[in-house]
Amino acid sequence: MNLQAETLRKIDEVIPHYPVKRSAALPLLHLVQEDQGFISNEAIEWIADRLEIQPINVYELVTFYPMFRQKPIGRRHIKVCRTLSCAIMGGYRTCAEFQKQFGTGLGEVSPDGEVTVEFVECLASCGTAPVVMIDDHLHEKVDAARARELSDKIKGEAKTANR
Amino acid sequence: MIQPASPDLITVNVDGKEIAVPKGTNMIEAARRVGVDVPHYCYHSKLSIVGNCRMCLVEMGMPAVDPASKAPVIDPATGKQRVNWSPRPTIACATNASPGLHICTTSPMVKECREGVMEFLLINHPLDCPICDQAGECKLQEQSTGYGRGYSRFIEQKNVKPKRTLLGPRVMLDDERCILCSRCIRFSKEVAKDDVLGFVDRGSYSTLTCYPGKKLENNYSLNTVDICPVGALTSTDFRFKMRVWFLKQTNSIDTETSVGVNTVVWSREGVVYRITPRENGSVNDTWMPDSGRTLYKQIREGGRLEAARVSGSVADLESAVKAAAALISGAKVAVVGSGRSSVEEQFLTRKLAARAGAEAYLVSRVGQGDNLLVSTDKNPNVRGALVTGLISELPKPSLGALGERIDSGSVTTVVSVGEDLLAAGLSASQLAKVSIVYLGTHDNATSGLAKVVIPTLTVFEKHGTFVNQQFRIQRFAKAVPGPSGSSDDLVVLSKLLSAAGGEALGADVGSLWPSIASEVPALSTMAYSNIPDTGLLLDSSPWSTLAFAEEATLHFKPAAAAPKEAPRG
Amino acid sequence: MPAPEQFRLIFKHIDEPGYTNDLACYVRNGGYEVLKKSVARKPEELVDEVKKSGLRGRGGAGFPCGVKWTLLDRKSGKPIYLVVNADESEPGTFKDRYIIHNDPHQLIEGIMITCFANKVERAYIYIRGEFPEGARILEKAIAEARAANFCGPNILGTGYGCEIYVHRGAGAYICGEETGLIESIEGKRPYPRIKPPYFPAVLGLYQCPTIVNNVETLCHVKHIADRGGEAYSKIGTPNNTGTRILCVSGHVQRPGYYEFEVGKITMGQLLFEVCGGPLPGRTFKAVIPGGSSAKVLKFGERYKGKRKSGAEMVEYDWGLEDIPMDFDSLAMIGSMGGSGGVIVMDDSVSMVEALANINAFYSHESCGQCTPCREGSLWMKKITSRMVHGEARTEDGALLKSVADQIAGRTICAFGEACAWPTQSFIAKFGDEFKAYPEAKKAPRAAAAPELV
Repeated sequence: MNLQAETLRKIDEVIPHYPVKRSAALPLLHLVQEDQGFISNEAIEWIADRLEIQPINVYELVTFYPMFRQKPIGRRHIKVCRTLSCAIMGGYRTCAEFQKQFGTGLGEVSPDGEVTVEFVECLASCGTAPVVMIDDHLHEKVDAARARELSDKIKGEAKTANR
Repeated sequence: MIQPASPDLITVNVDGKEIAVPKGTNMIEAARRVGVDVPHYCYHSKLSIVGNCRMCLVEMGMPAVDPASKAPVIDPATGKQRVNWSPRPTIACATNASPGLHICTTSPMVKECREGVMEFLLINHPLDCPICDQAGECKLQEQSTGYGRGYSRFIEQKNVKPKRTLLGPRVMLDDERCILCSRCIRFSKEVAKDDVLGFVDRGSYSTLTCYPGKKLENNYSLNTVDICPVGALTSTDFRFKMRVWFLKQTNSIDTETSVGVNTVVWSREGVVYRITPRENGSVNDTWMPDSGRTLYKQIREGGRLEAARVSGSVADLESAVKAAAALISGAKVAVVGSGRSSVEEQFLTRKLAARAGAEAYLVSRVGQGDNLLVSTDKNPNVRGALVTGLISELPKPSLGALGERIDSGSVTTVVSVGEDLLAAGLSASQLAKVSIVYLGTHDNATSGLAKVVIPTLTVFEKHGTFVNQQFRIQRFAKAVPGPSGSSDDLVVLSKLLSAAGGEALGADVGSLWPSIASEVPALSTMAYSNIPDTGLLLDSSPWSTLAFAEEATLHFKPAAAAPKEAPRG
Repeated sequence: MPAPEQFRLIFKHIDEPGYTNDLACYVRNGGYEVLKKSVARKPEELVDEVKKSGLRGRGGAGFPCGVKWTLLDRKSGKPIYLVVNADESEPGTFKDRYIIHNDPHQLIEGIMITCFANKVERAYIYIRGEFPEGARILEKAIAEARAANFCGPNILGTGYGCEIYVHRGAGAYICGEETGLIESIEGKRPYPRIKPPYFPAVLGLYQCPTIVNNVETLCHVKHIADRGGEAYSKIGTPNNTGTRILCVSGHVQRPGYYEFEVGKITMGQLLFEVCGGPLPGRTFKAVIPGGSSAKVLKFGERYKGKRKSGAEMVEYDWGLEDIPMDFDSLAMIGSMGGSGGVIVMDDSVSMVEALANINAFYSHESCGQCTPCREGSLWMKKITSRMVHGEARTEDGALLKSVADQIAGRTICAFGEACAWPTQSFIAKFGDEFKAYPEAKKAPRAAAAPELV
């Protein structure tokens, strides 16, 4: 495992927050995923070893919690809320627009590698539906037009990044 | 027999029947005591309780008391204390009996609950009973006759999950049949201490699996097959071999080690198909090692002795016995008995040794134990040899003393009861100096050198008893007939004894036991037929000074003050 | 009757121009004064204040907070833990988000008072994974509070110390269930525990006595400690004390969060006045009053019965608009106040499709531990999805209800009810729409009808 020094420092810091090491499984999964982009089998075994548990104990968590992924995703992660309040305010149209903009299917990496568009369950911002999280940032009242704007912005940043 | 301390008893009411049960008994076990079966899948008496299958939902009530005065509330109609029934059903597995607890397992609500759970369990189940090995001993199949609909209201696509996954060398998994009861996971974690199984994904898509690259291959893996209530986990050895309803069950004992694991031997038309554990809460709970399950294969293994031989030529039993008696009479005899022989055989071996004026030896087998159900003593019945007086001290690591006596010429005939003397440490040149009488099941170096060879039976082909490491005497029974040409060890030994001029004793356990009871102090008050299926603890005090080899196992603590407590897992 | 004014207790500073989420701003506005006052008192007195206040949990179940604290096993000799349930996951609910993001110190002050009152020396804030920014804000706020000696060792020179840690979830609704949440902190799959024997107050986190309280609930504790339980209990209505944040989403003119005295505002006042009524040209059709698991209410239906008013029983005959937004009234008419998430649907919404959306949520979130919920939730989802995307049958409604009836009351945790109630109530209230759906879906789809599944 090739983790950044900062990630390792955070890992060392978080484990003593708990009287039982196993409790640090979720925090470590978050840290390792932030560092590596996804959770590989190597990461599962590394975490299990670090917490003195069996790899199956970590594997059980990775597959239970939707936020952990076992494959890399696009550069940006677009998560559109699918749940009732957003759906009745047009969340499905928003999601379709993102897919159209990047020519990609749900849960796939777009052909240009820029994004992965996903439906997720309630993001707890129902009053400003439909909502979308792009990476860690929440966007409110994202109708199809706003989805196009956001997509353009991402595409623009990609061009800058690639130049 | 040593009685456990009497626990506090409390009275509960199951479907109108009152019963006294020990405090802490759960509702399922309390109901079982009055003959009421509470169906369940995830509950297992020897595992932690998770309450996930919801099949054991029952109605629960408590006697009504006035909240203020705490006085019983009497129902004027019946004159009895009123029962406050809980409006919601309760899981019987996780609810312990408390004084006055009422359980109802027959109400419409309970029936509805069971039918609901059954329907849910079946909607994503492949319903492939015709090709499923579990058919006939499947809890799902069993309960669906009582609580199933008989038709399906489910018209959607069933979930698709992995089929035919090899979890390990002996266990096959069909995830579509799995009802996610987690018994196998709990067993692996709690009993086998090998945390390799788990659920991945979630909801109805949850799937039992091993971590990629790991295997369920510990020596207890097949217990997961035993406790799997459905056909999700099957034994690679038994798979597709035989329908269980054709099989006859015979109680037996695992002969691997001195633990004396209680087993059931499953056979049909003289062929053994599998061995499974038999519950004995004082010995093996409901578990057994995988290694003990394949022992039946020795029955049909190559090298099985098929006929008696005298000086290399085939002979009938009578002439073989006569030839053996001739080698014994007047000779300087030594008898090598066996810790694998039954108590009854050891008794006759002792008689024979006494008649021949021979010293008796026993072959020691000490090896690795696992502190669970495999002990360090690989002989199942060394204590039987002590109890019957065949030996008075523990067997030496080798037969060196016998070798010396052979070399010095003070032994000229050796009778071996099933033991390969070369493997036990005697040299070929030593064996060349003596006449050997060999009783046994399989060809080996000793049988090749023996003057007289008499084929006998494996543990699966005869009746008898063993005394395990706890000094618990336990019976095993004949599951299948022996091959033609071989004879019951007791028949051979008793014929040999009388041919050698000894007394005529019974040649089967039934007729032999009166003699055993009259001559063996530790067994004096017993009869073979009275030994319970779970055995009887003998008074071990006469042997308390001996330094037995065993370390702690599941229900055994070494008597020594400082037990060697090896960590397991 | 016009709607009452909002009573902003918890949300006093939310939306206030210039109000920031740092310690300095909080202290400028009187922050941590209540903690200072509280640590000078006996812990038992604070527990008493909360009991007197009548505070009911704001997470969903409405369990009296003081009673919860009283059930705590204080004699075990084991450490006592506080677990803050910030896993705000019930669809339609978004109040805790604003507390965490905009006023985190109010929560920390509430936590510290609660810890001091219950002799807790370690608290975990379990924040849902979807609030990464919230987690960072809380961590920063804790560090600030620690630096100012409001938490950490020897708080304000009292000799009492308590650490607060933030623990992030990772996208699982079931972690909002208190024992599932505890399992999650323990690093296991968040399978809710069987109760008995695993009541958190006795055998909670690490098998130690544990209090699990919702974010908003803990904020109320601060105000109870400030005003005194007696005074706090005068806010709101009897047995429904204090204020309540109502989160309104869906088809209204002004969705958002509103804080009122509990029971002082009716559904009609909330939706028509406060939220501005339906969208132009539309009419209200249905409302889910307490998060998506609460039973749906239908506009136009009437609720009749007897209710307690003071010491006597009085008849009531309410339209949906007349229902006071409090725990007891909503329970009385067959739904619940739940988490305060009010989801409004107008006549553009097909109830079959709305239920299909809800069923997709619950089947996705069922942990899969126990049979009825695991199998039933997915079955219901498969039925409603088929009705929308495949062949719908007139008998599907009856089948759905029957499946839901086999779940509720038979599961390890309350998720069984949460996933069954929507189906049960949608069929009960809109059964005709389900029966007519096979025919109705043959007609061209209305332009306004949102795609829901």
